[in-house]
Amino acid sequence: MSGPQRIDSSGAYGSGIDRAQRIDFSFDGEPMSGFAGDTVAAALLANGVRLIGRSFKYHRPRGIFTAGGEEPNAIVDLRHAQRHDPNARATLEPLQHGMTIRSTHARGTAQRDTFSFVDRFARFIPAGFYYKTFMWPRFRLYEGMIRALAGIGRVDASSRAPGSRQQFLNVDRCVIGGGPAGIAAALAAARAGKKVLLVDDHAQLGGSLRWRSARIDDLEGIGWSAARERDLRAAGVHIMTQTTAVGLYDHNAVVLLEKGLPPTKCANGECLWQVRAQDIVLASGAIERPLLFENNDKPGVMLADAVLRYLRIYAVRCGERVVVATSNDSAYGVAHELTAAGAQCVVVDMRGHSDLAATARAAGIDVRLGDSIDSALGRTQVEGARLKSGATLAADLIAVSGGWTPLIHLYCHARGKPRWDDRIAALVPGSDVPGLQVVGSAKGADTADDTPSASWGGAPDLWAASARRRVWVDLQHDVTTKDIELAVRENFASVEHLKRYTTLGMATDQGKTSNVNGLAILAAQTGRGIDAVGVTTFRPPFVPVSMATIAAKSLGELQSPVRRLAAENVHREEGAHFREYGDLLRPAWYGLDASAIARECGHARNGVAVFDASSLGKIEVIGPQAAALLDFIFYTRISTLAPGRLRYGLALAESGAIFDDGVVLRLAPEHFVVSCSSGHVAAMVAHLEEWRQDRFDLAHVFIHDASAHWATIAVSGPQSKHVVASLDPGAPLDDEQLPHMAARIGTFAGRPARIARVSFTGERCYEIAVPARLAADLWRKARAAGAEPIGVEALGVLRAEKGYIFVGQDTDSETMPHDIGVNGPRDKRRDAFVGDRSLFTPFASRTGRRQLVGIAASGNQPIPVGAHPVEQANDKLRSIGYVTSSCWSPALGRPVALGLVEDGRNRLGEELQFEYLGTRYSGTLVESCFLDPTGARLHA
Amino acid sequence: MQKFPCPFCGPRADREFRYGGDAGKLRPPRDCTDAEWARYRYQRANGKGVTHELWLHADGCGRWIEIERDTMTHEVFATRSLVP
Repeated sequence: MSGPQRIDSSGAYGSGIDRAQRIDFSFDGEPMSGFAGDTVAAALLANGVRLIGRSFKYHRPRGIFTAGGEEPNAIVDLRHAQRHDPNARATLEPLQHGMTIRSTHARGTAQRDTFSFVDRFARFIPAGFYYKTFMWPRFRLYEGMIRALAGIGRVDASSRAPGSRQQFLNVDRCVIGGGPAGIAAALAAARAGKKVLLVDDHAQLGGSLRWRSARIDDLEGIGWSAARERDLRAAGVHIMTQTTAVGLYDHNAVVLLEKGLPPTKCANGECLWQVRAQDIVLASGAIERPLLFENNDKPGVMLADAVLRYLRIYAVRCGERVVVATSNDSAYGVAHELTAAGAQCVVVDMRGHSDLAATARAAGIDVRLGDSIDSALGRTQVEGARLKSGATLAADLIAVSGGWTPLIHLYCHARGKPRWDDRIAALVPGSDVPGLQVVGSAKGADTADDTPSASWGGAPDLWAASARRRVWVDLQHDVTTKDIELAVRENFASVEHLKRYTTLGMATDQGKTSNVNGLAILAAQTGRGIDAVGVTTFRPPFVPVSMATIAAKSLGELQSPVRRLAAENVHREEGAHFREYGDLLRPAWYGLDASAIARECGHARNGVAVFDASSLGKIEVIGPQAAALLDFIFYTRISTLAPGRLRYGLALAESGAIFDDGVVLRLAPEHFVVSCSSGHVAAMVAHLEEWRQDRFDLAHVFIHDASAHWATIAVSGPQSKHVVASLDPGAPLDDEQLPHMAARIGTFAGRPARIARVSFTGERCYEIAVPARLAADLWRKARAAGAEPIGVEALGVLRAEKGYIFVGQDTDSETMPHDIGVNGPRDKRRDAFVGDRSLFTPFASRTGRRQLVGIAASGNQPIPVGAHPVEQANDKLRSIGYVTSSCWSPALGRPVALGLVEDGRNRLGEELQFEYLGTRYSGTLVESCFLDPTGARLHA
Repeated sequence: MQKFPCPFCGPRADREFRYGGDAGKLRPPRDCTDAEWARYRYQRANGKGVTHELWLHADGCGRWIEIERDTMTHEVFATRSLVP
């Protein structure tokens, strides 16, 4: 035995549980136990838990209402291992060992909720009450208090969901729903040789056959489904249970939410699947509707079908004295089963006649035809029912069946147009959707000629609802019939307005149980037919999906994986302080703190420094049309470059703005290497490739991104030459044969090495590129020869002293080459290049463009990056640009800065005021090169 | 969640592709008017119904392709390589 409501193992109950496996858990601090196979809801009911939470708005006591994904009440706070779900649906969660479950939305526990007083003020807080009441002076003042009172679960900000996996699958047919209709559709396709996926949101296949008595092919229903499951597995059908199809998207894409139960590996309890199917069969079945009567929200009111499911599958008897209230034949079976299980049953059938009444009476069931429930009696839970006829019945459970609603949400996701079927008072599939078949009771019919049987039920009985009493329509959002009346009275009479004004159907259950009843009340209130009222749109997801599950692996470090240098370990040995530059992890400096930067600058200016420049792009452009492609891509002409030489070039976007800069090396007449900025490699490759495919012959020019194959070490400083010589590079190093902006192929450790004289520091510099796995050896050898390491921050200072730009930092999306003083190609080139025409628009030619200048701060305090030079205009300060780079120059012993300033080139020599977060600075606009303007040090 | 048939790789999920604007636009020569250049650079048809668009199969073959499809129904009629 596990729980007082559990029936012992004699009898045919509990097909879904394994009594040999006890599972311990706790609810609101109280230790409880269940069996393997239980859902959380089943285990709670077995333990006699009736009150599972408090309602959203009025803090009314609530109990478990259904046994499936349509559950409006049983939303619990669930912790298990590393997982925390503040809004878990107890009816779908498989019970697992050690789960800690708490009732949500109650101050204290659900049993003793100190906010329960709210319900006594219910008449003062109808629908739309916030909009009318909390407007003055500002809603914000009241928001905190309202949020504390309303809402469901609370997110624990300290919890970290482990990233779950996302899975992808392609199949011929995806069958949604593992009931008899779904099983038949899956088996037929599998036998025709198709690859089939069958999903069901419960632990086992069979659908209603697992709890309803039926005979198919001369077998008892449950036996039939077990036999067919063996057939399905033999035919190779991929069966996923505990899996809900949450959305249908374009081109037959199905999104599935799998609940984590061994052997699946759903790290946070859920796993999202994206499935593409040739065709989809929707066999999602139908769900039961509640009945409308006073206090129909009390714990102890449950859907009749759910009561049967808990009895048959989990061996849980939800009540001893049961009133089964119904509008159709389907609930009679529930009464028979409950009676057989020892409960005392009264059937209250709103219809004047049922063919099943006589059999029920013969079985000892009290059947009251032509009567219905007026009111549920009891304080915090059901103690009885008062009928319309005036009779009062004692009861601890009211099982209700207000008819059946086909589950066509997924059909609507696929843009199916539903139609209203008056016979069953529900929406059924209307238009055909290519690639989607709806079968079984999801279609709204259960007989061969598509006429619904007497088990479906018709239009809701609004007798009790019209009496201006508290009759619940939407349990999760606490919407009553009075709220709908009020909305109609205030002319929110369209179905879309009603939904938003009352929040009917807007809760996490999306109105699955309340939709039809709400429409019927609205129709009656506005004097229209239900079909004329219209419906709101069903949108995915069908059941809530946690954000962590959607984000899956893109969490934490995996959101933007960091790229690393080949020689990272060597830099760590050197004591490098690492920082992320874009997605690259690079040494910022070597030493304990940022004071190392000035020291490193000194090595480069006065001795010899070594810098890991491996992240620079090395894009090879090869072929007879390579020069023509690069001429088109670069603003600077490339085709005139001699083999063995390098040229610095700007590449523009078609808008004329500077896209990137870099150095192009011509290795051979038809072989170039483009060294673009570190963070721009992927974009530059895409840019080259786009124009290659658009304008060039693919057989005559080829692009190969070799950036990761080569490591580059830059040796820089007045004494760099003898360090490079000691590396024994197998190439002439004298300035005649290897001048600035030239390159030679040499060797390092027996492998090819490229030695290029190109400088980003303003000093004599050699960039040596070797195969990436030799990076560490090359670095160690350069260090052994006396070069001192420098990091990215020192390089940033050295290049700022020289006025060398970082594209994207010292330029923005409007900066054109003539704004940084590179006018030549604009004036001279007549052939086409990317961005050419944009350089001659009125916008490009106007005065007042922001131009690159140097800024010499007055005093010793650097002007912060982002400070605005300002001018007085009409008694107001106006920004005329901003500072893009700024630092203390160790070489000059004063601050240096670069900035973009309106008409800056014409303002050279002017002293401007700079504003930064309320602090004033002053500085003079100067040429952007602060050190060695003639470039003599490059050759020193 | 659409499915595009790449002429080189076969049917692929849309997340592998990157949108690249309207197909059939020709890059005007340098001596075009400002208005012609602006039309080429900035004006998008943003068509409802059948459209011809450029897409890059970025996480696949890396080729630019033209897709003829309906922006209302998401039906894909034809795809072809940009390069004949």
